[in-house]
Amino acid sequence: MSEPERTFSGHRGLQLEEALIFEQGSPERTAVDLPQPANRVDRLGGLQRRSAIGLPGLSEPEVVRHYTRLSQKNYCIDSGLYPLGSCTMKHNPRLNEKVARLPGLGDLHPLQPVSTVQGALEVIHTCAHWLMTLTGMPAVAMSPAAGAHGELVGLMTIRAAIEDRGERRARVLVPESAHGTNPATAHACGYAVEAIPANARGRVDLEALRAKLDTDVAAIMVTNPNTCGLFESDVIEIAAAAHAVGAFFYCDGANFNAIVGRVRPADLGIDCMHINLHKTFSTPHGGGGPGSGPVVLTAELARYAPLPYVVCESGRYLLIEHGADDPDARPLGRIKGFHGQFGMFTRALAYMMAMGADGLRQASGDAVLNANYIMARLKDVLHPAFPGPCMHEVVFDDTTLKDTGVSTLDLAKALIDEGFHPMTMYFPLVVHGAMLIEPTETESLETLDLFIETMRALVLRAKAGEAAAFHQAPRLTPRRRLDETAAARRPVLRWQPAAIDKAAE
Amino acid sequence: MRYLPLSEDDRRHMLAAIGARDIDDLFSDVPAPARLADPVDLPGHQGEIAVEQAFRGFAGRNLSPAEAPCFLGAGLYRHHVPAAVDHLIQRGEFLTAYTPYQPEVAQGTLQYLFEFQTQVALLTGMEVANASMYDGATACAEAVLMAVRLGKTRRRAIVAGGVHPHYRDVAATYGRFADIDMIAAPPSWPGTDDPAALIDAKTACVVVQNPDVFGRIHDYSDLAEACHRAGALLIVNVCEPVSLGAITPPGEMGADIVVGEGQSFGNATGFGGPTVGFFATHTRFVRQMPGRLVGQTVDADGRRGFVLTLSTREQHIRREKATSNICTNSGLCALAFTIHLTLLGEAGLRRLAALNHANAVALADRLARIPGIEVPDGAFFNELTVRLPRPAAPVVEKLAADGILAGVPASRLFAGEPGMEALLILAASELTSESDLERLAAGLREALS
Amino acid sequence: MAQVRYTQEHEWIRIDADVGTVGITDFAQQQLGDIVFVELPTVGSQVRAGAEAAVVESVKAASEVYAPASGEVVAVNEALAEEPAKVNADATGGGWFFKIRLADPGELEALMEPAAYKDYVAGLS
Repeated sequence: MSEPERTFSGHRGLQLEEALIFEQGSPERTAVDLPQPANRVDRLGGLQRRSAIGLPGLSEPEVVRHYTRLSQKNYCIDSGLYPLGSCTMKHNPRLNEKVARLPGLGDLHPLQPVSTVQGALEVIHTCAHWLMTLTGMPAVAMSPAAGAHGELVGLMTIRAAIEDRGERRARVLVPESAHGTNPATAHACGYAVEAIPANARGRVDLEALRAKLDTDVAAIMVTNPNTCGLFESDVIEIAAAAHAVGAFFYCDGANFNAIVGRVRPADLGIDCMHINLHKTFSTPHGGGGPGSGPVVLTAELARYAPLPYVVCESGRYLLIEHGADDPDARPLGRIKGFHGQFGMFTRALAYMMAMGADGLRQASGDAVLNANYIMARLKDVLHPAFPGPCMHEVVFDDTTLKDTGVSTLDLAKALIDEGFHPMTMYFPLVVHGAMLIEPTETESLETLDLFIETMRALVLRAKAGEAAAFHQAPRLTPRRRLDETAAARRPVLRWQPAAIDKAAE
Repeated sequence: MRYLPLSEDDRRHMLAAIGARDIDDLFSDVPAPARLADPVDLPGHQGEIAVEQAFRGFAGRNLSPAEAPCFLGAGLYRHHVPAAVDHLIQRGEFLTAYTPYQPEVAQGTLQYLFEFQTQVALLTGMEVANASMYDGATACAEAVLMAVRLGKTRRRAIVAGGVHPHYRDVAATYGRFADIDMIAAPPSWPGTDDPAALIDAKTACVVVQNPDVFGRIHDYSDLAEACHRAGALLIVNVCEPVSLGAITPPGEMGADIVVGEGQSFGNATGFGGPTVGFFATHTRFVRQMPGRLVGQTVDADGRRGFVLTLSTREQHIRREKATSNICTNSGLCALAFTIHLTLLGEAGLRRLAALNHANAVALADRLARIPGIEVPDGAFFNELTVRLPRPAAPVVEKLAADGILAGVPASRLFAGEPGMEALLILAASELTSESDLERLAAGLREALS
Repeated sequence: MAQVRYTQEHEWIRIDADVGTVGITDFAQQQLGDIVFVELPTVGSQVRAGAEAAVVESVKAASEVYAPASGEVVAVNEALAEEPAKVNADATGGGWFFKIRLADPGELEALMEPAAYKDYVAGLS
C-alpha cells in the first residue's frame, strides 16, 4: 500500500482537516442576530460579568462547515456495520426523530399544568404499557436516564425493600463476566461485591452460586442473555436459589434485544431489570448518549419506585410528583430532574408501534440468526469461546491468533481500514483476547457476508505472517492510532490560549 | 417490515449454513416453559403513516408553549434554538455514532466534546470540565458524592434553601445509599437562609445555586471563604447557563465544583428530558471527577488528535472502585449545547443574556403594576418570584385554560413547605414579547380580581 | 548488602535497618504496560501488611499496590507524580513507591526470597 499523499493544505480529498473553534473567528463575530435590548436599568445587583469569557465568534457558514467536517471524521450506523457486542447498534429509524420533534411533544415544558400535557402523559403511560407487556412485569419506573442509572434505581429499590423488612444484608453477587456497571452500581448502593464464577459452558456456575448464597446476600446481578452471548439455561434455578435465601434477582437487561417478544423476563423469576431504550428499542446512541433506562419491577419492589410516575384514573392522566397520594407507596424520591428521558420514550414508542408484537418477535429472531450465521461461517478460522447456539452475539477468543504476532486489538484496527467498526474487544474479561460480535437484526445478508469474508481474509493474512502491516493499522482513517499513554500522563483536557500555554511550559 | 432486511430466502439459506431447522431451534437454551409460542398481546406492526398519525394525536392533546405566552422556567428554559443546531445534530455521523472508544473513527465526536469541555470551563470560570452528565440534578448529586470522597472522613453535605428541590431530592436519594448526612435548609422567600451558619468540622460541602430556584442572584464569595476556612468545598449549581453571559461566574466567586443544567443552549425543554448536565472543577480534583473526559494527544504520524482519557476512574475498568457507575454522557445534547454556543460566540452570548435580563426586568415592572402582587427588590437574571394575594396553583390553572402558561407555582416544587402557597415563579427570555406580557398581565388582573 | 523480599502480588521491599523501601517488580510493570499515574500514601500514615497502600495505573488498568509489611510511611517517591514512566524504566530502582518504618520485622518472614520469587514468576507464564 502506498503512503497517502502529502498535500499543501493538509486536507486529503474528502478528509478535511478542521481546527478547533477556539483557533478560528474573532470575538465580535456571531452567527445569531438578536435585537438590541431596550435600554433599562439593570437588576443584576452589581454582579455583572466584567472579564471576557473567551468564546470565539464565528458566522453561520463557518459553524455549519466546522461541524459538518467534524461529522465526516466519525463512523456511524448510517454508514456501516457496527458489530459491537453488548451495545446493540441497530438502525435508528428517522420516523422516531420526526415524531420526537413534533410541536406539542418536543417543546413541552415539564412544569406545565398537567391539564395541558395529557397527551404527553399518555405517551409515557403507553410506552410503559408496552415495556410491561414485553417483560411480563407489573410495574416500570420510567425516569432513569440510562442503563447504569436504571441499575442504580433497581438496586436502590432492593435495598429499600430489604431495610423495610428490618434486615441488613451486606453483599451483592455479580458474575465475573458482568458489565463494569454492575459492581460499580452495587458499590454505589453501599454493598460489598463478590464474584460468581462461570462454568466451562460460559454460564453461571449454579453450585458455586448456591455455595455463596446466604441471608447476608441482598441481590444477585445477572445479565441474561449473558455477556458471552449465551442464554443462562439455569436461570429459573438461579432465581429460585436467590429467592430461597431472601435475596433479589436483578437482571441486567442490556441484552434484551435477543429475546424481546419471545421470552418474558417475568417468567424467568427476575425481580427487577433495566431496559436500554437505546439498544433494544432503537433510540440513537448519539455518540455516547443520551440514553434511557426504564426499570421493570415486581409488585413488591414497585412500592419503592422513584418519583415521579404517571397513573391513569378514569381516562385522565395524573403525574404523581410528591408521593403523598398513595398510602402503600414508599417511593425512593427523585433520581433525576423532572420526569425522565421523555424524548426517548417518544422514539422508543414510535419504534415499538412500527414493529408491533409480530415485528419485535421477528427482530429478536433475526438478531439471533445473524449472530449464529457469523459464528457458523467464521468458526473454522476463529475459535468460538463457547459452542453454539449463541444468542444475539458471538464471542471468539484469540486462540487462532496465537504466535501470529497479531493481537485482538491489531485485528480490530485492521478491520477499520476495511471499512468496518471494530467488534467489542477484551470483553467479557473471562474470555482471553475476546472478540464479541453483535450484528443486530438490521443488517442484510450481503453486509454480513462481506464482513465475514473480510474477517476471514484478515485472519488468513495474520496467519501468513503479515503482523507488521497489522501493527500499522489503521492507515486510511482521519487519524491513525493515538497515543493514549501521553494523553493520560499529561492530561490536556481543554484548549488554552497560547499565552497561557507558554507560561505553563 | 421495513427495518428488517432479511428475506425468507435469506433466512433459509442462513439456517442451512448454521445447521438449524428454524429460528426457534436457536432458542433451545431457553427453558421450554419460558418460551412464548406466539407474539405478546400488543398491536401488530404499522406503517409510517399510521404511527405518525398516532403521535400527532398525542401532540394534539397537549398545549405547545409555542402557541401560548410562556413564562415557565424553574430549571428548564425555553429559548430560541437556531435552525442550524437541529440540522447538524441530525447528521447521521453524530446521531448514529457510538461512544468514541475507537478514536481513529470518532475524531468528530471527540473534538466537539473537547470543545464542549473548554466552553464549560470558560463559562463557569473553572479549570476543567467533563464531557457532560445525564442532567443538572444528577450532576449535582455526583458533585456531592465527589466532595464526600475528597472530604474522606467528612460526610455532611449542606444544601441551601435556594437549591432547586429536584436537585435537593436527587442528592438526598443518592446520599441515602451512600451514607451521606445531608442537611437541607428549607426554602425561604423573600429572605434567604445562611448556609455558612451550618458549616462544622464534619461538613464536606455546601451546595448553593445561582440564580437560585426563586431566580435571585447572589455573590457567594464570602460563603466560599467560610467553606474553605472550615475545610469544606463549595458546590455551585447553575440551572440557567445563559446567565453566565451576564453575571460573575461561580469560579470567580471561589467555587470548587460547578455543576448545572445545559439545556438552555441548543436543547428544547422536551417535557424534561433528555437534557445535558455539566460538571467543572479544579485541575487538582480531576481524578475524583465522575464521567467521561476527552484529552488531546497525537497520532502515530504526530498529528493532533483526541481520545477518551483518565478512564481508570470509570466503571468499565475500575468496577466497584470507580468514581461513579456512569457509563453514558449526554453526547448528542452536549453537541446541541456546543453548536448553539459556537453560533452565539462571545458577542452573541452577551447579547442573548442582556436581552433575557431586559425582558425579565420588563416582566417585573409589568407585574409590579398589578394590584395585590408583591414583587421583591432584589437582584435577578431572567426569572423572578412574586407573591400573589391568593394561592398560585389555581391561578396558573385558570390562565392555562385561557392558553397562557403563567409560570410555576412554588407549591408544585415544594409540596408541603410553609410559605410557598402564594408564590409564583416566572421566567422571561429572548422569546418574550410585549404582547406576551400584555396577555399575562390581563390574565392575572382578571384572575385576581 | 540490603536484603530484598517479594510478595505474590509482585511488590518488592528492600530492607535497610528498620526501614523498608517498597515498589512493584519488573514483571508487574511489564504486565501493566505504560504506567501513566501512581497514587501514593501520605507520609506519616500507617500501612498494614497486605492492605492497599498505593495505586498504579496504565491507560487501561488500575492496580492496587499492597504493603508487604506494616509500619509508618516515612517517605514517598515524589518524582513519580511528574514521571510515572520511571516505574517502567527502573521498577526496582528509581521507580520505588514509598518507604516505611517497619513495625514488625518478623512479618518479612512470610515473604519470598529472590530465588523463590523468580521461580514463582516462571510458574505464571
